[in-house]
Amino acid sequence: MTTHVISLVSIGAHPTSGRPRRAEQDARAVELGLQMAGDKLQVLHAGNIHEPTLRSYLGMGLTQLHVLEQPAGSDALPVLSEYLRDAGAQVVLTGSQAETGEGSGMLPFLLAEQLGWPLVVGLAQVESIEGGVAHVLQALPRGQRRRLKVRLPFLATVDNAAPKPRQSAYGPAQRGELAAHEVEIEQDELFTGALLQPAKPRPKRLKVIKAKSGADRMKAATAKASGGGGQVLKGLSPEAGAEAILKLLIEEGVVR
Amino acid sequence: MLNTLLPILLFAALGLAVLGALRRVNMWRRGRASNVDLLGGLLAMPKRYMVDLHHVVARDKYIANTHVATALGFVLSAVLAILVHGFGLQNRVLGYALLLASVLMFVGATFVYLRRRNPPSRLSKGPWMRLPKSLMAFSVSFLLVTLPVAGVLPADFGGWLLAALLSLGVLWGVSEMFFGMTWGGPMKHAFAGALHLAWHRRAERFGGGRSTGLKPLDLSDKNAPLGVEKPKDFTWNQLLGFDACVQCGKCEAACPAFAAGQPLNPKKLIQDMVVGLAGGTDANFAGSPYPGKPIGEHSGNPHQPIVNGLVDADTLWSCTTCRACVEECPMMIEHVDAIVDMRRYLTLEKGATPNKGAEVLENLIATDNPGGFAPGGRLNWAADLNLPLLSEKSSADVLFWVGDGAFDMRNQRTLRAFVKVLKAAKVDFAVLGLEERDSGDVARRLGDEATFQLLATRNIQTLAKYSFKRIVTCDPHSFHVLKNEYSAFNGNYLVQHHSTFMAELIGDGALNLGQHKGNSVTYHDPCYLGRYNGEYEAPRQVLRALGIEVKEMQRSGFRSRCCGGGGGAPITDMPGKQRIPDMRMEDIRETGAELVAVGCPQCTAMLEGVVEPRPLIKDIAELVADALLEDATPVKAPVTREPAEVQ
Repeated sequence: MTTHVISLVSIGAHPTSGRPRRAEQDARAVELGLQMAGDKLQVLHAGNIHEPTLRSYLGMGLTQLHVLEQPAGSDALPVLSEYLRDAGAQVVLTGSQAETGEGSGMLPFLLAEQLGWPLVVGLAQVESIEGGVAHVLQALPRGQRRRLKVRLPFLATVDNAAPKPRQSAYGPAQRGELAAHEVEIEQDELFTGALLQPAKPRPKRLKVIKAKSGADRMKAATAKASGGGGQVLKGLSPEAGAEAILKLLIEEGVVR
Repeated sequence: MLNTLLPILLFAALGLAVLGALRRVNMWRRGRASNVDLLGGLLAMPKRYMVDLHHVVARDKYIANTHVATALGFVLSAVLAILVHGFGLQNRVLGYALLLASVLMFVGATFVYLRRRNPPSRLSKGPWMRLPKSLMAFSVSFLLVTLPVAGVLPADFGGWLLAALLSLGVLWGVSEMFFGMTWGGPMKHAFAGALHLAWHRRAERFGGGRSTGLKPLDLSDKNAPLGVEKPKDFTWNQLLGFDACVQCGKCEAACPAFAAGQPLNPKKLIQDMVVGLAGGTDANFAGSPYPGKPIGEHSGNPHQPIVNGLVDADTLWSCTTCRACVEECPMMIEHVDAIVDMRRYLTLEKGATPNKGAEVLENLIATDNPGGFAPGGRLNWAADLNLPLLSEKSSADVLFWVGDGAFDMRNQRTLRAFVKVLKAAKVDFAVLGLEERDSGDVARRLGDEATFQLLATRNIQTLAKYSFKRIVTCDPHSFHVLKNEYSAFNGNYLVQHHSTFMAELIGDGALNLGQHKGNSVTYHDPCYLGRYNGEYEAPRQVLRALGIEVKEMQRSGFRSRCCGGGGGAPITDMPGKQRIPDMRMEDIRETGAELVAVGCPQCTAMLEGVVEPRPLIKDIAELVADALLEDATPVKAPVTREPAEVQ
């Protein structure tokens, strides 16, 4: 039995020209979905059905792409969560962050919260799905992988650690069908009401090279980032663990 | 006895030949429709055969004379033999004519035999080794059976033993020459070749013309296949063209990819297409294999996909589209068309452009240049040159088409040199600046016809806004596409390569040139300037004007060897035993020249990629710019500065 997978896609923007294209990470979500579910993969977009760039997803060999029709400036979150709740999906894949629009990277988190599903960040590979539980590999920095066990249904974001998307071909892109779904339109107050301004680049920490030999520099470049005052908690009860985490979050000022 | 046996043999062989011909024609008709002048083609065929084809064959005098003797001898003896021995017109004059014809054919066959004693590796062996003997059997048998007709010998000479031997000889001869001609023997080349010349898909090539632009796909027709998946997706006259191959291997000897050990051999590719159109395996192929791929493992039929059955994809992607095979082919077969047709299917339907292909195509769509550079930086190379923009002037004599070399730091030197020449000659020129897009050359050779047409139509729209007398470009690829491939989309312009334009400027005395100083120079003909557009002379003229005596390479002019940079080959990057530019650099080194003049950004990049020490590489524009004599303007004294204190 194949898994019912839905990949969420958005319209991307080319990094140098800013022109619309298939979004890099979303294309990887489609690629991963195709590897998991083959022809059964369902691809979903919330937005304008007449955007020609949508066809570049169809060019990856999809016969159909579902579009929840929305004008620009609408909130995709409620329509997506409503659709996904009834769609019967076992796995929902999405990119980590959109290349256009708000691009806050919050959508997968908010979606998972609304659906009440677990969320895997940085999914690299799905190893197996058996008896309602998936064994997946999560990508960590510097090429590390963490094996996770997740119960279905779950939501996962993919980043550049996921498999490279296949080429989009013209023929299937022209033949593929864009299936429109009418949905209730809700305006995104935050996006339309707020003022957009370009982000300032975050200041970079000066790089002080202390290494005296090539071997040291190599070590510095490849070594794991190690936090200084970390603390390994082992064999704790979930409550005690949660308490320790909360304490740290309060100390760091994340939770007030 | 012979008088009853010979007509039976002749007419039986002819009858079988007609059956075979019908069968073969039906195989070709599996292909798609093609718009050809059937009757006009047939009428033009004898001239195409005797003039155009002969010109190509005559590059090798030995085989040209051999072929004239053999073919003429055969055609005459076949016709006369049918009259004399088939219809029994035992006339003395006809007898003598037949004797002469068979002697002529025998002489030709002897030279074919001599060539085949120690054949070069490019020639196919197998049944082709039998052919000279069959030719001799045919000519000798008809010579002997005709001696009594001519009255040289008595009618009953030799008795029944000789008669039996001669019948066997005639049987062998007519089997090969009549029956074998339409049933797939080596003589098939005569039958299919004649019809191929008549119904060639590029009739413009005959009579000294040139037709090198790829044929467009009709993307608006939803039912038309996007490229060629199965042999039956070729047009019928393409299939016919494959069947015309004589397996002489001239293409193999000229192919840069084959020489570099990449898995391509144009001759084998055409023979594989023949296998595809007739059905079967390649086990009977008796020539050189694709380097690294054993013979006998591939098979196909008209209704089976070509790639990964008949031919592997890396074979198709090894081609640099340099057209050396097409130039050498005495049958005027269009190898490059076939390869691009099959690439189109892989790219447009399968999304299977290898290596960097997909990335380059995506970049072309999103940024109008293959490197994915910000389109706003297209004119950065000329930031200090104050170039006139066509959008501001709206008309100019010369539109300088910059090309994607604008993003490449090496090519920017060439571009700046050419601007210096334009300014020195006081040419009224302008550039499109940010309005220019990639010409679509790479996309098209990679099989992405959709992206090519997108870029082409947008460029044509831009060009339609302005008035200019001609387009001049330093890039032979843009030159070829603008000149030969935009016309299918209603873009008709006078386009010139910068070498042609500079030759004109020099001829008009518009440039005040000194002499080239120093090193000896050779010239590398770019494929897309030379073989694609026939411009061999202008660059040499410019070099002569600089006082350079070009030390020609052995492979120069129409036999120039590709640098390895065409057809998207650096992007698909098929591995081989050696690199094509290294082989070309070896050709350059053989001349002893210290500098090689080039006229193409691809060639520059490929040749400069060869490790040093090697000859210097300079574009013709750079050589001209270096030799420019400045007008006698008052020389400003260089500003002297106090050396600053450096800590």
